[in-house]
Amino acid sequence: MDDQESKPALQVSRREFVEVAVVSGLAAGVPAAAQTPEIKPRIVNCTFTINKQKQELQIDPRVTLLDLLREHLKLTGTKKGCDHGQCGACTVLVDGRRINSCLTLAIMQNGREITTIEGLAAGSQLHPMQTAFIEHDGFQCGYCTPGQVCSAVALLDEVKAGAPSAVTPRMGEIRPIELSDDEIRERMSGNICRCGAYEGIVAAVREAAGRRRV
Amino acid sequence: MDDLIGQPLDRIDGRVKVTGRAVYAYEHDVPNAAYAVMVVSSIANGRIASMDTRAAEQAQGVLLVITHQNSLKVPGAQNQSKTSPPGHAVQALQDDVVYYANQPIGVVVAETFADAIAGAQLVQVTYAPQPPQMDLESRLADAYAPDKAGGGGDPAASHRGDVQAGMAEAKKSIDYVYRTPFEVHNPMEPHATIAVWNAPDRLTIYDATQGVFSDRGRVASVFGLPPENVRVISPYLGGGFGSKGPVWSHVILAAMAAKQAKRPVKLAVTRPQMFGMLGCRSETRQAIAMGAKSDGAITALRDDTVSHTSMFGEFVEAASLPARMLYQSPNNSTSQRLVRSNIGQPSYMRAPGEASGTYGLEAAMDEMAYALKMDPVEFRLKNYAETDPEENKPWSSKSLRECYLQGAKHFGWSKRPLEPRSMQDGNALIGWGMATSVYPTRRSVSNASARLNVDGTFSVDAGTQDLGTGTYTIMTQVAAEAFGVDAKQVRFRLGDTILPQTPVSGGSQTAASTGSAVHLASQALREKLIQMAIRDARSPLSGLGAQDVILNKGRLYARSNPARGETFRELILRSGQPHVEAKAEAKPGAEKDHYSMYAFGAQFAEARVDADLGQIKVSRMVGCFGAGRILNAKTARSQFLGGMIWGISMALYEYAAVDKRLGRWVNNNLAEYHVPVNADIGKIEAIWVDEKDDHVNPIGAKGIGEIGITGAAAAIANAVFHATGKRVRDLPITLDKVML
Repeated sequence: MDDQESKPALQVSRREFVEVAVVSGLAAGVPAAAQTPEIKPRIVNCTFTINKQKQELQIDPRVTLLDLLREHLKLTGTKKGCDHGQCGACTVLVDGRRINSCLTLAIMQNGREITTIEGLAAGSQLHPMQTAFIEHDGFQCGYCTPGQVCSAVALLDEVKAGAPSAVTPRMGEIRPIELSDDEIRERMSGNICRCGAYEGIVAAVREAAGRRRV
Repeated sequence: MDDLIGQPLDRIDGRVKVTGRAVYAYEHDVPNAAYAVMVVSSIANGRIASMDTRAAEQAQGVLLVITHQNSLKVPGAQNQSKTSPPGHAVQALQDDVVYYANQPIGVVVAETFADAIAGAQLVQVTYAPQPPQMDLESRLADAYAPDKAGGGGDPAASHRGDVQAGMAEAKKSIDYVYRTPFEVHNPMEPHATIAVWNAPDRLTIYDATQGVFSDRGRVASVFGLPPENVRVISPYLGGGFGSKGPVWSHVILAAMAAKQAKRPVKLAVTRPQMFGMLGCRSETRQAIAMGAKSDGAITALRDDTVSHTSMFGEFVEAASLPARMLYQSPNNSTSQRLVRSNIGQPSYMRAPGEASGTYGLEAAMDEMAYALKMDPVEFRLKNYAETDPEENKPWSSKSLRECYLQGAKHFGWSKRPLEPRSMQDGNALIGWGMATSVYPTRRSVSNASARLNVDGTFSVDAGTQDLGTGTYTIMTQVAAEAFGVDAKQVRFRLGDTILPQTPVSGGSQTAASTGSAVHLASQALREKLIQMAIRDARSPLSGLGAQDVILNKGRLYARSNPARGETFRELILRSGQPHVEAKAEAKPGAEKDHYSMYAFGAQFAEARVDADLGQIKVSRMVGCFGAGRILNAKTARSQFLGGMIWGISMALYEYAAVDKRLGRWVNNNLAEYHVPVNADIGKIEAIWVDEKDDHVNPIGAKGIGEIGITGAAAAIANAVFHATGKRVRDLPITLDKVML
């Protein structure tokens, strides 16, 4: 696999993924007795910047970004709630944008800058969003919280960049978006909180955005 | 420090939770741990004909595949009786019988999670299936009467007066069937266990459990070990809502797999697998009849509830319990019956019995109020029970009247026209509904210890659990107040069986049970220190009476002369011990013989229903509760609001759909099993009545984890009726059911 390092990483990653997927598909479809035990795991060399630290890693292409973080790098702050992109507990920031880390293979994010909940605070100084979540009790069990906080941090940037949501009034017009409570609720709806701390979450985002109740 | 209890202290565990440093069950860093993934049945009834594990065994990284053919035999896992409670009978690969869909039938252990999940896909299974028994309505004739109903061990049926005579006396009567669907807890943290055999007969498990000690006891009995050989650790829990109370199959399987693989094993239940083996709230059929005089006085009430249990155990969804005690009905009859179905064991889910039961009863109360053309609050006040009509005992305390009045005032209820379909905003039909909340106040034996260390820190220990309920925080407050120090000086530990024994966190009993133990232990330590000082000739406080000594801010000093005293440190150093410790046990006394103990509340909801499309939104909700002493205004508010949101969910969203032909869950994922997201929740407020109850327990807390969901679904259902004029009697109320 040495030659891979000189190639554009993302392209290689995709090819590797397709090969493995094909092999797996065959394996599942053939009778058990015809299995070829020689199937060896492929390893892909990747470089990430995770919470501002550069990491060179050899990665099983079947591993999701979520499992890479939790099981291989011991960054267990990012949570697995459904593993199917339905609950938002695994939300992390990739190049500053929020994604469900369970829905992407780790190798697909080669070269990217990844920020997890562990990377938001500056030393012992909490990110203002983290402080606001504590103050407004924007959680109970805390399991969805890392995803909620990462989502909320990205949300503020999205609003600043003028990205509209389904509830943005007069969506076609180019103008600053007012971060009303309805906007917050809509934009935080990719993160399920089974404890039902939604009221506190809205209050926390509102405060971290520096806005009063709208 | 007297005012520390009740203060809206930020969560003690807030910082670790918002930084991702709180370690949940699957996240404990256990060296050399292998990964286990379960294989589950795709049929709901029958036998396993064959399992071919060869391909899986040869797959990359797979260490071991366990089926009923090669499993460790654990006789303690076998079912003792078909009436054993949830979690008692587990499906631990001991035989080839399949009782329900998603039953564990195999475990694949591998080097990595990717290896394990890929290996699990390669296990080939053939079955000898039988048609599953799933339907309630067609099998009512087969329903049987259990011995007991609900977690409190209440009788399965109740009778007072003469219901037939009461119905004959009535001027108005109603008789309807109300239905609630299967629901699945779905805490955000999937159930997970790490099992480590420290020796052939010594086991440590990191588990997502609501009861470290009950977990320990059950696991020990399955493996034939003394309980002290098993240690259960659970410092953080990603929600539970009842599902993490019983010990389910996967916990046993993780320990079995670790034993067979000769390595620590970590096993997480996948989200789709969570529908089946981890309990559910049973579907209920509640037949409710009620009669009343024209002045609104109820003359008779009957509630006959039928729910499901499994083929191998018993749990009663005791929805008829509120109908026994909530109103002053002179002629009253209730019953609970069960049908056996091919489902995993139905179990405790947030306010089991009361959540479903207050829907049926409180929707029926609304229907009766309309039959009488009475305001729903007025109708309830007319039938207000001043004492417990079933038990003939006084209430330990009851603020329900104040809850009705304060809640109504806060909501603006007085402006409500009685007539349905009388409020509209554009295309939205608007309705206001209300209902009563009720949940019993319970407690169990609990222990705690309190220790003053030589460095002046104050440590308090209790084995208990924090599901997100705020246990860390409220125990810190209770301890600080009872001992007389600032909350910052308290170090409270929980979630480990090496700590003092405590009960399961269920039935809203943790604050009452373990809170009382923490209170008593802290108080005992305070007394002990004072006694040490006044009995020690070397102490400046020597010879004083205990009542003459004040303990405050790290010092003991004379009431009459604050300068006469000494520091904790001086006292401990002189004692020659590293610390001074006191232990306490808090247990229920005779209060239950003398009083009926319940939390009550009133819920008010506004529903907006699209006149054309039937889409429903709860735009506004107010809950007012009387739940004893509130220990932390901030975490309590979150508990109440969370419960109310569960009520919104029950009313409008949650429904675990089963294919009755195959017995399989159709929507076993978080995309199709609907729970509310942020955008579904409107303006929602929880308020409470200050209640001082000296009877329930030493700290006067009634427990608040479950009261918030009770009555909430009915308040919303009643609001939908008020908006649309259409009465939907089966939950959830979806747009197809209200489209006019």
